[in-house]
Amino acid sequence: MDKILVGLKRVVDYNVRVRVKSDGSGVETDGVKMSINPFDEIALEEALRIKEKGAANEIIVVSIGTAEAQQQLRTGLAMGADRAILVETEESIDALSCARALLEIIKREDPGLVILGKQAIDDDNIQTGQMLATLWGRPQGSFASQVDLDGDKARIVREIDVGLETIEIDLPAVITADLRLNEPRYVKLPDIMKAKKKPLDQIPLAELGIEASPRIEKTLFEPPAERQKGVMVDDVQGLIAALKDKGLV
Amino acid sequence: MARILVIAEHDGVVLNPSTAKTVACAAEIDGAEIDIAVLAESSSQVATEAAALASVTRVRTVDNEANKHPLAAVLAPQIVALAEGYSHVFGPSTTFGKDLMPRVAALLGVNQISDIMSVEGTHTFKRPIYAGNAIVTMEAPADVTVVATVRTASYRAIGGGNAATVESADISVELPTHTRFVEMQVGSSDRPDLQAAPKVVAGGRALASEENFALIYSLADKLGAGVGATRAAVDAGYVPNELQVGQTGRIIAPDLYIAIGISGAIQHVTGIKDAGTIVAINKDEEAPIFEVADIGLVGDLFAVVPELTDAL
Repeated sequence: MDKILVGLKRVVDYNVRVRVKSDGSGVETDGVKMSINPFDEIALEEALRIKEKGAANEIIVVSIGTAEAQQQLRTGLAMGADRAILVETEESIDALSCARALLEIIKREDPGLVILGKQAIDDDNIQTGQMLATLWGRPQGSFASQVDLDGDKARIVREIDVGLETIEIDLPAVITADLRLNEPRYVKLPDIMKAKKKPLDQIPLAELGIEASPRIEKTLFEPPAERQKGVMVDDVQGLIAALKDKGLV
Repeated sequence: MARILVIAEHDGVVLNPSTAKTVACAAEIDGAEIDIAVLAESSSQVATEAAALASVTRVRTVDNEANKHPLAAVLAPQIVALAEGYSHVFGPSTTFGKDLMPRVAALLGVNQISDIMSVEGTHTFKRPIYAGNAIVTMEAPADVTVVATVRTASYRAIGGGNAATVESADISVELPTHTRFVEMQVGSSDRPDLQAAPKVVAGGRALASEENFALIYSLADKLGAGVGATRAAVDAGYVPNELQVGQTGRIIAPDLYIAIGISGAIQHVTGIKDAGTIVAINKDEEAPIFEVADIGLVGDLFAVVPELTDAL
């Protein structure tokens, strides 16, 4: 195939313990470390490996967000993507609008494959890939832990609740990457320098002309209910006594 | 009035317990009239089970050879045809529902609410974000269908004893052939299913090998418990993927959860927050797992776990 499109979302780094703002209007993101969504890194790694095997010519990374998301796109370029597209918007964007925007990019670029992360670790929605595949009228291989391309088909091993499911899908298609699909490479310093010269197009979201979607309002953010700290026991006998107390053994 | 269509999860023979939990969530909506959709190759057995669930008015079946395996791309257009006239379409937040429901939402042109953990109104729901570090209240627009998945760990399965009407739904939809089932590798285990087990024993990276996980299995068998694991233990190949508990694995709510050699990363803890009692056994007294444990024991798991197994 000619092109593979990979989505990169800028999210709060997975090591950050997120705090809810005291007025309940959102979560604290000021001064917090931001990174590429880890699942999206896996998606990009998979695309790079497909290209390195000679099965694709060009890897395009795309992000939707503020101008700051250029940082994550540059990281994607340093990992080895050929060029980047930033769909720029100041507003936070819902999953359906995100899928509609990505569909417009698909129409412009005509990729043979789209790979996204299976979920973003900020909103944990797990929707965009499936919505995009649907709007595009194409199959999806969600939660993929193995991808084998075979001409105009792909065989996908999916991580599901009861084990592993294998499906075959026709290309083009949308694949969403699960944790064990691969281990993403580290970025090397010379690649960061090279990435600065790679093309990064900025397109205002409004220019894509996507339909407004019925918006779900987020009216309140709260910290989760905390579990009370329990008791410490000294030994196995103490543990068994405590379990018996609760009627659990 | 809320007319709610719940999508049944099943394996062609048995109804998955996630369905009864999804119905339990739907039943919390004021004035809910709940129907269940069973899409299968041959639905009769599953439909009978679904019809027994309390609060259910009707079970609507669609029998089609194409529904033998739950392929999202095949099921979604049929569900959209069935969804006509409903205010809500709910599925479980299992890998089945996570794969399928966004396709339904996209076909209906709406956003989806993922992982409902509480019902606040007919169109208002709470759900966890950031691996459960924040809870957000979501208000869906009243003039479009609410498509949602239900966080099954937040609900107890609704009771049985009902005898709802079962009727075959007459829909005519063109189904895609671009997605084909090849095979399924199901973990072979006689132990209780992780999602449904009242007791779960789980191990982390500290087990250090696949062989050492025998300690976890022995304790689990003594307790009649299911077995879980952290991402690190799955990544290291000690146990298969279906045992992973946490943000990106299974979210569970057993009565008893015993965490062995598990440090307690937030991504793991989010998967067990609703457990009745959490027991932690770890040699590091500073491990964050002790912050959420009801009973903690600082000690070397390789000494403590065999002793515990023998003593029970």
